[in-house]
Amino acid sequence: MKAFQYFLSTIIFLLLSSFGASAQDMATEMRSNGKIYVVVFVLATIFAGIFAFLIYLERKIKKLETKK
Amino acid sequence: MRQHWWKIITAILLFYTLFAGLLDVVPPRHILNETIRNLYFHVPMWFTMFVLFAASVVYAVWYLRSSNIMHDIISASFAYTGIFFSVLGMLTGMEWAQYTWGAAWSNDPKQLGTALCMLTYFAYWVLRGGMKDEDKRAKISAVYNIFVFALIIPLIGIMPRMVDSLHPGNGGNPAFSNYDLDHNMRLVFYPAVIGWIGLGFWLSTLLIRVKKLNHAAEEIEL
Repeated sequence: MKAFQYFLSTIIFLLLSSFGASAQDMATEMRSNGKIYVVVFVLATIFAGIFAFLIYLERKIKKLETKK
Repeated sequence: MRQHWWKIITAILLFYTLFAGLLDVVPPRHILNETIRNLYFHVPMWFTMFVLFAASVVYAVWYLRSSNIMHDIISASFAYTGIFFSVLGMLTGMEWAQYTWGAAWSNDPKQLGTALCMLTYFAYWVLRGGMKDEDKRAKISAVYNIFVFALIIPLIGIMPRMVDSLHPGNGGNPAFSNYDLDHNMRLVFYPAVIGWIGLGFWLSTLLIRVKKLNHAAEEIEL
């Protein structure tokens, strides 16, 4: 939990300290240097993993149900 | 014949939420900055919880009328999955609050209201765990389910709106008005809500199927 909080605060700090950003300090730097896509990629991997697990569960349960 | 089409739509909507949620333009807001994107993740947790609890209470009432244990199994599964989403909602809310409101817990009326609701549903879980007799457990927990669902309305829907709150949409004004949610965000927010609710149902149906299998196995043993 602490590691996650540290990680998150680092990200937020980087986001908030980007230069030349618009009036409210948006994450334009992360978008302009392409790193936002890393975040998307990471989360997409996590989502894909979760859906793969769900499909695995579906198949397993279906097998148990038809075995009966 | 089992239906899968809605699960595929759920997956598509959630991937859309992820991509559009992180890459699309959001309005700049003081203090919130980019965290406003949490709207697509934190808020739907609660919408999903509510829908699942609603499904749970519908089946609870149905069980009381039919005395068919399957309805109780379905009711409990929806409730448990709803509890899961409420935990996610609370955790993500506290994480968001830590960096925008300055503290994970601020005794905000909505935080308090939802925490109370969660406690009542945890008690539902404990109540069921304490009773071994299937029918007694089903009847008592179904009645309890109705009461705690009814409590959601004042605790989350009414009380926080009447007082000053850190949450948007309180202190007299409902959220999601034109002032709270701009058009671009709505284009992601509404599909996100549908996607997350779909996921809630998917998880619930898996739990229901597992519980039904367990129940059938126990019946055979008896």
